[in-house]
Amino acid sequence: MNFEEFAAKPLLGTAGIAVPKGIVANTPDAAAEAAEKLGSVVVKAQVPVGKRGKAGGIQLADTPEGARGHAENIIGMEIGGLTVEKVLIEERSDIKREFYAAVLNDPASKGPAVMFSTEGGMDIEDIAVNSPEKLKKAEVDIRTGFNSDQAKALVAGLDLDGANDAIADVLVKLYEVYRANDAELLEINPLILTGDGDVVALDCKFVMDDSGVKRHPELAEQGTPEKLSQLETKGEANTIKYIELDGNVAVLANGAGLTMTTMDVVRHHGGNPANFCEIGGEAYTKGKVALEMVLEKPGVKSLVVNFCGAFARCDVMMDGLLNAWEELKPNLPVFFSIAGTGDEEAIRMLKDRLDMEPYPNMDAASKAAVEAANAAGGLS
Amino acid sequence: MRIVRKHHRVLVQGITGKQGTFWTERMQEYGTQIVGGVNPKKAGTVHCDVPVHASAVDAMQVDGGFDASILFIPPLGVKDAALDAIEAGAKGICILTEHIPVQDVMYVMAAAKERGTMITGPNTAGSVTVDECFLGFMPAFNERIFKKGNVGVMSRSGSLGTLMCQNIVSAGFGQSAFVGIGGDPIIGTTTKDALEALDHFDGTDAVVMVGEIGGSMEEEAADYAATMNKPVFAFIAGGAAPAGKKMGHAGAIVMGDKGTYASKKTALEAAGVTVLNTPSHVGEALKDALTG
Repeated sequence: MNFEEFAAKPLLGTAGIAVPKGIVANTPDAAAEAAEKLGSVVVKAQVPVGKRGKAGGIQLADTPEGARGHAENIIGMEIGGLTVEKVLIEERSDIKREFYAAVLNDPASKGPAVMFSTEGGMDIEDIAVNSPEKLKKAEVDIRTGFNSDQAKALVAGLDLDGANDAIADVLVKLYEVYRANDAELLEINPLILTGDGDVVALDCKFVMDDSGVKRHPELAEQGTPEKLSQLETKGEANTIKYIELDGNVAVLANGAGLTMTTMDVVRHHGGNPANFCEIGGEAYTKGKVALEMVLEKPGVKSLVVNFCGAFARCDVMMDGLLNAWEELKPNLPVFFSIAGTGDEEAIRMLKDRLDMEPYPNMDAASKAAVEAANAAGGLS
Repeated sequence: MRIVRKHHRVLVQGITGKQGTFWTERMQEYGTQIVGGVNPKKAGTVHCDVPVHASAVDAMQVDGGFDASILFIPPLGVKDAALDAIEAGAKGICILTEHIPVQDVMYVMAAAKERGTMITGPNTAGSVTVDECFLGFMPAFNERIFKKGNVGVMSRSGSLGTLMCQNIVSAGFGQSAFVGIGGDPIIGTTTKDALEALDHFDGTDAVVMVGEIGGSMEEEAADYAATMNKPVFAFIAGGAAPAGKKMGHAGAIVMGDKGTYASKKTALEAAGVTVLNTPSHVGEALKDALTG
């Protein structure tokens, strides 16, 4: 789960990392009012994506009227496919230097990594590619944590205009915030040094591990839920992973890997998948609601059903699916591939209740579904 | 011990639950040597014909102890259960659970590394040593999916790994062993670890690797594959997946140009691995490599 800057920064402030004074505004009037209190300000679009500055979502204002004007332009703006609904009005900082600091889950070391670079204000990916020697990394044993000595060692030898100890202190606190809140990424970019020698977090990006959300119910309310379509929301409510895509061949399978592969095979045979819909794992009894969902998407011309039972039983999935089919009576060509735990029973049910045979494998079923969709598409 | 054998003594943590019971019975029927279970509330009782202990540490004190543990434990209980097994001195731990907080997983990984415990998973369907034993919830007993043969198989996904195994059997081949490594971003046994284990596993003449978009494990495994004398075949799921969306597995997400299908295919082909366009092509590919 992503947290926007305005929701992430208070976590830093509470931990003792300096952040600029800021006020969230939902309207141009509120922006002007905030600027009245803060003086010279920065008006910052609040969307959980990068490149806000390049998109024109970050503007300077010296007067309340200036802040109002920028807020008028920025609220409603589209950045990275998201509509800006609010701005953060923040007091302006005297930037002398810009650094990069982050703590993240590192698959390579299978533990947390604390990252620091003197090249702040740009994308970490760019720093890693263009000046990897300037990106310092400390691998942390999560059982013992990240202490002041380790932080000082990480920034030792870097010319930080005498702020080495202050920056080390920020890194220790950043790690504490990461650890206390099940973060998978906690990033300050830029971390600035002001003309007065203060170290201040000018921006903050916080991504909470989706599997950790249930441990932080109150904080999670401050997060920005992933923007879901109506069907995707329905899937989430039914604990079915459903992702809406732009094709016309509906896909229903069990297990993430098998579902992705069914999409791949549809594409391989020249078709275009309409969705990702997975009923594996704990959701394998939900064949009925899953079928309703894949059928609800407009423009679907055919359906490929690919079951390969391991933990999930083919017969249980098939029973739910056939119940739904008999109830909804969809006028849609459907193509089955069935293998694994419970496959014989599932194949028998298909024969008894729909008088159909499965295809010998997912390639044949997917190919037939693509051909059916293309034929139907030609008529419409 | 990334591949469990018949002589390994296996403990089931969470044996008394519905799934724990069902799959313990299947494992016993197939030949897995289950020596005990753990449930602190039912210690002293017998379940699935084996004694239930209060902890893995207790189970290790009993004659013979155990070699490996398998966990049927809900997400927020996994950290304590795994640390118990590590403290007990387990050589291997198989974690099936999905949706464990990643910081808990990293804690377990750090403890396991210190003690030399090998972790498989989380979020794996388990592993199968054909005609010997299996761990987890794999349909090892379905003879149209698993048949003794000379192909080693590894997969991030249980369902897709199962499909690949079925394709191998229907093409007239069989497997030596199957290793499920799991769909999470941080896992104990990596693609490279599994490839290496299968390379050294008795009676394995070819390896089929089932990967996914996301992360860089397939690229790292390619470095190892380049050193192998056996043919390696790979299928990478997710070529048609849109960027920025988690495709069911937490690990299966493309961010920017990282973890893409193209990057993995390029790395594997450069290492001499045959990359299959669809899982159905595995039979033909094996015929070309192993017969004729």
